[in-house]
Amino acid sequence: MLEVERIQTFYGESHVLHDVSLTVGAGEAVALLGRNGAGKTTLIRSVVGFTPPRQGRIRFEGREIHRLPAHRVARLGLGLVPQGRRIFAPLSVAENLALGARGEAAPGAWTRERVYALFPRLRERAAQGGGTLSGGEQQMLAVARALMTNPRVLLLDEPSEGLAPIVVREIGRVLVALKREGLPILLVEQNFPLALRVADRVYVMNKGQIVYAGTPAGLDADEDVKRRFLGVS
Amino acid sequence: MTPVDLLGQALNGLAYGVLLFLLSVGLTLIFGMLDVVNLAHGSFYMLGAFAGLGLIAATGSFWAALVLAPVVVGVVGALVERTCLRPLYRRAVLDQVLLTFGLIYLFEDVVKWIWGGRIRSIPGPALFSGSVKIAGAAFPAYRLFVIVFGLAIAVVLWLVIERTRLGSIVRAGVWDAEMTAGMGIDIDRVFTGVFAGGAALAGLSGVIAGPIRSAYPAMGSEILVVTLIVVVVGGLGSLKGSLAGSLIIGQAETFGKAWLPETAMLIIYVVMALVVLFRPQGLFGRPLR
Ligand SMILES: Nc1ncnc2c1ncn2[C@@H]1O[C@H](COP(=O)(O)OP(=O)(O)OP(=O)(O)O)[C@@H](O)[C@H]1O
Ligand SMILES: [Mg+2]
Repeated sequence: MLEVERIQTFYGESHVLHDVSLTVGAGEAVALLGRNGAGKTTLIRSVVGFTPPRQGRIRFEGREIHRLPAHRVARLGLGLVPQGRRIFAPLSVAENLALGARGEAAPGAWTRERVYALFPRLRERAAQGGGTLSGGEQQMLAVARALMTNPRVLLLDEPSEGLAPIVVREIGRVLVALKREGLPILLVEQNFPLALRVADRVYVMNKGQIVYAGTPAGLDADEDVKRRFLGVS
Repeated sequence: MTPVDLLGQALNGLAYGVLLFLLSVGLTLIFGMLDVVNLAHGSFYMLGAFAGLGLIAATGSFWAALVLAPVVVGVVGALVERTCLRPLYRRAVLDQVLLTFGLIYLFEDVVKWIWGGRIRSIPGPALFSGSVKIAGAAFPAYRLFVIVFGLAIAVVLWLVIERTRLGSIVRAGVWDAEMTAGMGIDIDRVFTGVFAGGAALAGLSGVIAGPIRSAYPAMGSEILVVTLIVVVVGGLGSLKGSLAGSLIIGQAETFGKAWLPETAMLIIYVVMALVVLFRPQGLFGRPLR
């Protein structure tokens, strides 16, 4: 489905990702964990075309995407819920949803109605400016906005960051539901319990390298990796 | 000054403010969206005036020139964006400043080469050659036309930007261009479109300014400074700010010229300094981060 193969990614001269490989299979939820500055966002940015890798390959459904501009990557079906949410504050909630909406006609597709059913708060706030929403509502809008593009894989970068526990549980519920529908998910998280709840497989990243790949249960049992790379004990 | 003089000056200021609005709206959106300091934006105004001059000579109709000159300038703008600016988006601001500064001279020289360096007066439309009595004083009909036409353009622009899908793409791009691309929107095409549209509006400003302010090669660099001040006062990337800033600066400069002719420019700098002091992001800009 999504295959990242030995990529090297730079910001200018600073070399951030070293030989990173990772896959997300059909219908699979994969979590990517790691401390602040580990390179998780850089990996997401490499995949979506914001910061293309200098070496290595990225394939999506068999197609090479690492040289495509970001809008082409998005149009192939990579839906992004970016770190910090990046809601379009001057646009209303409805305009945020409509901006990238496509493929709504297909049977079972995400439509505005379906998205509002998943997040009823957004319907109430439809005419309000995106910038006036609370943090939790903005996160829901960020997820809803990505779903409106009818993605074939969903990339989420720390969706729980800065949110109250009750909102984090809500996000977890939605992600589990999306996974049950068969939507492949790549979830970047620092919230270990959330990642364990959602993911079928996990990767741990440290200093721009993958240092662990395995199952959530395996990671949970590996006290050494948890202590050294996640600061969990 | 009698009340009638005051009204006359206020209308002059309004007509000037409308010209500034047509200029600054493109500049502010280009700033906001492309992060490019386009110092050649004033040149599009100058090109609009000369394109108007040429088209009036060729077609014999002011109205034909009013429609066609902005199209010509818009095409020039699209070419400039595609060929000169695009490679510079990822470069330092200084490179952009040097390039767009160079374009000012290029365009001035092209115009001097074709039309010579003299001031050329541009005939206004016969329809508005007379004057209108307002509160007992005669006021040139053409200036009233400029006011009404400019404000009508402002309303249309507002509707397009606030109420259409194209407008929401532009607003999204001004806010966060990268994320707009991440939503599947070809932001490069939007950049070219916004740049060309901004250039066309500057050209439009130049055509309608012609019969009031004439056409001369340095007119673009002269008005650029005032337009930059409008953008700073109104706030980067804001349509409302561009309108408010234009009307304020239009009045400030016009009344400054009437009352304290030696210090008219100083007055608009003072207005800018006050705004920046109390609201660094400008009247309608988003808070600085
Ligand atoms: N735009 C940038 N320019 C230069 N260096 C950057 C840039 N963005 C990130 N970095 C550096 O790249 C490294 C990886 O950053 P990245 O944002 O990918 O980490 P992360 O794992 O997402 O961290 P966090 O959990 O804090 O979001 C860090 O050392 C960071 O300082
Ligand atoms: Mg990050």
